[in-house]
Amino acid sequence: MKTVYVDNNATTRVAPEVVDAMLPYLTERYGNPSSMHSFGGTVGFDIREARARVAALIGASPDEIVFTSCGTESDSAAIWAALNSYPDKKHIVTTRVEHPAIKSLCESLGKKGYRVTFVPVDESGNLDTEYLYRHLTDDTAIVSVMWANNETGVIFPIREIAEQVKARGIVLHSDAVQAAGKIPLNMASDGVDMLSISGHKIHAAKGVGVLYVRKGTKFSPFLIGGHQEHGRRGGTENTASIIGLGKACELAKKSFQKDMPRVKKLRDKLESEILERVPNSFVNGDRDHRLPNTTSIAFEYVEGESILLMMNEFGICASSGSACTSGSLEPSHVLRAMGVPFTAAHGSIRFSLSTYSTDEEIDYIVEKLPPIIERLRSMSPYWKEAQALT
Amino acid sequence: MWEYTEKVKDHFLNPRNVGVIEDADGVGEVGSLACGDALKLTFKLDENGKIDDVKFQTFGCASAIASSSALTEMVKGLTIEEASKITNDDIAKYLDDLPKEKMHCSVMGRDALEKAITYYRGEEEKKIDGEIVCECFGVTDREIERAVKENSLRTIEDVTDYVKAGGGCGNCHDRIQEIIDSIIGTDHPVIKKPAKLTNIQKIKLIEETLEREIKPALQKDGGGIELVDVDGNTVIVRLCGNCAACNASQVTLKNYVESKLQELVTPDLIVEEVA
Repeated sequence: MKTVYVDNNATTRVAPEVVDAMLPYLTERYGNPSSMHSFGGTVGFDIREARARVAALIGASPDEIVFTSCGTESDSAAIWAALNSYPDKKHIVTTRVEHPAIKSLCESLGKKGYRVTFVPVDESGNLDTEYLYRHLTDDTAIVSVMWANNETGVIFPIREIAEQVKARGIVLHSDAVQAAGKIPLNMASDGVDMLSISGHKIHAAKGVGVLYVRKGTKFSPFLIGGHQEHGRRGGTENTASIIGLGKACELAKKSFQKDMPRVKKLRDKLESEILERVPNSFVNGDRDHRLPNTTSIAFEYVEGESILLMMNEFGICASSGSACTSGSLEPSHVLRAMGVPFTAAHGSIRFSLSTYSTDEEIDYIVEKLPPIIERLRSMSPYWKEAQALT
Repeated sequence: MWEYTEKVKDHFLNPRNVGVIEDADGVGEVGSLACGDALKLTFKLDENGKIDDVKFQTFGCASAIASSSALTEMVKGLTIEEASKITNDDIAKYLDDLPKEKMHCSVMGRDALEKAITYYRGEEEKKIDGEIVCECFGVTDREIERAVKENSLRTIEDVTDYVKAGGGCGNCHDRIQEIIDSIIGTDHPVIKKPAKLTNIQKIKLIEETLEREIKPALQKDGGGIELVDVDGNTVIVRLCGNCAACNASQVTLKNYVESKLQELVTPDLIVEEVA
């Protein structure tokens, strides 16, 4: 059975070019980049090149790039750097729809004596920025707002937020794990102080991430150890993955122009064909301000896990905002924050495409999915009632 | 990904007995859209009083559909008496087991069967006496007690897996623990107030007292309270809901909120309100 992979916000295929770039560092070029001998030292030069490529993707300068182990580490490092740099400030501002890497951390800090403001979103997933600005205080140590949401793809107005937050002299961090590689980011003009990126979401390997730290931002390392990353992150470099990430960033930079418009076209096709074929379905989130690759579609009166497992029978890989898939009992905090009704939140499916998605794959999903929804609805005690009402 | 047994997968992908019997002898409906799963079970008896036909409709995940389908197969040919002895564990065993987190699906099957039998017997539907413990999923203390006894549950997590209680906001966790303790008997340590509070301990205790004691009491009158800051021994709060507009709010603040905090945290506390 073929695999139709439309779960690229979860993780992506490692680009073949990235694998090729990585291989030598998993075989003959195993030297430690910190070594004095050239066998290791030249690996250090290659890392420098990778750093420059990452910097180029986001319009940063290479010495503002800190390699980490993943997006979650980058997020934790950013929050802790601000809290440790401003020990008198005990207030954090973030949003209700962050990835658990920020959400759980802030909830845990909330129990440790920090005050956390979670900024709400409206029904289309757009941030209540006025609420955010109103809650900035002299006690605020850091504001952390994701660039784009992982479930709906909705993009937040980071440039505008940066203006307001920076005017108050507060540190601004953004989790750009979903945005990087899909929309252009430019640190020179975008105004954030710290930014998180994850390698495996942009066709690099798992186990490598980036924290951008703007020059002049107060910083203290999260992982304390050796002098690696200019003392900003201890631990021997994950050489192969870093080199691979450099390659992936180089590819992504080209892809904004070339591939993303095509990906968007495919996404739009998938979305419109499904909405047309499946009654009582709708898109979660603002369709005009979204990542080009993501769509979250709600199917009323059916449950997401059942949809996913039936799609799985056809090799279609997607994910769901439903409760049952996560082991929790409540549907996704993002959909709840948006006020998506329960009739739909439990049956929401996220499709996330990549540059490797094809027209044939979209046709295949459009063919297979509607009968699945129909079948599950025929089993649902609510469907007939709902039909009778309309 | 859940590790479903082959039997679960089979009953999910090829569910038996889907539908509704129009002139059914027994009808049982449980669950709701908000809860994420629901089951409607209908059956019809033959002239010998045995379950002749049985059908289900389920909204829910794979294990909910599989549990429902399994249940219909299990009860076919049974007398009402025999069917009434089926437990949630029997359903799970029939499916060669369910993931622990999904046991509530088998409980839902058992509940629907019970309701259908009650309907058939023409008994007044047993009002679930007892009080709601879990507001998020509408689970009563009786239901929790029963699940704990029948399945020898030991932890809050177990209870959540079996009857969903505690799986939402988490406010009922203490109450669930009390129920478990009262049944299995344990010397669960009570949180003791330390003799001298550090700043963080004090703030935490203030937060806990607000959450556990004060908020629920104010909510009964449609009011609410939010902790804004703690400055030394001054607790700064914001009243919301009905409290914010209430003329007696200052009385509430001093006579109730402040005295409660003094009692449960430290006698030195003063409460102040910000708009």
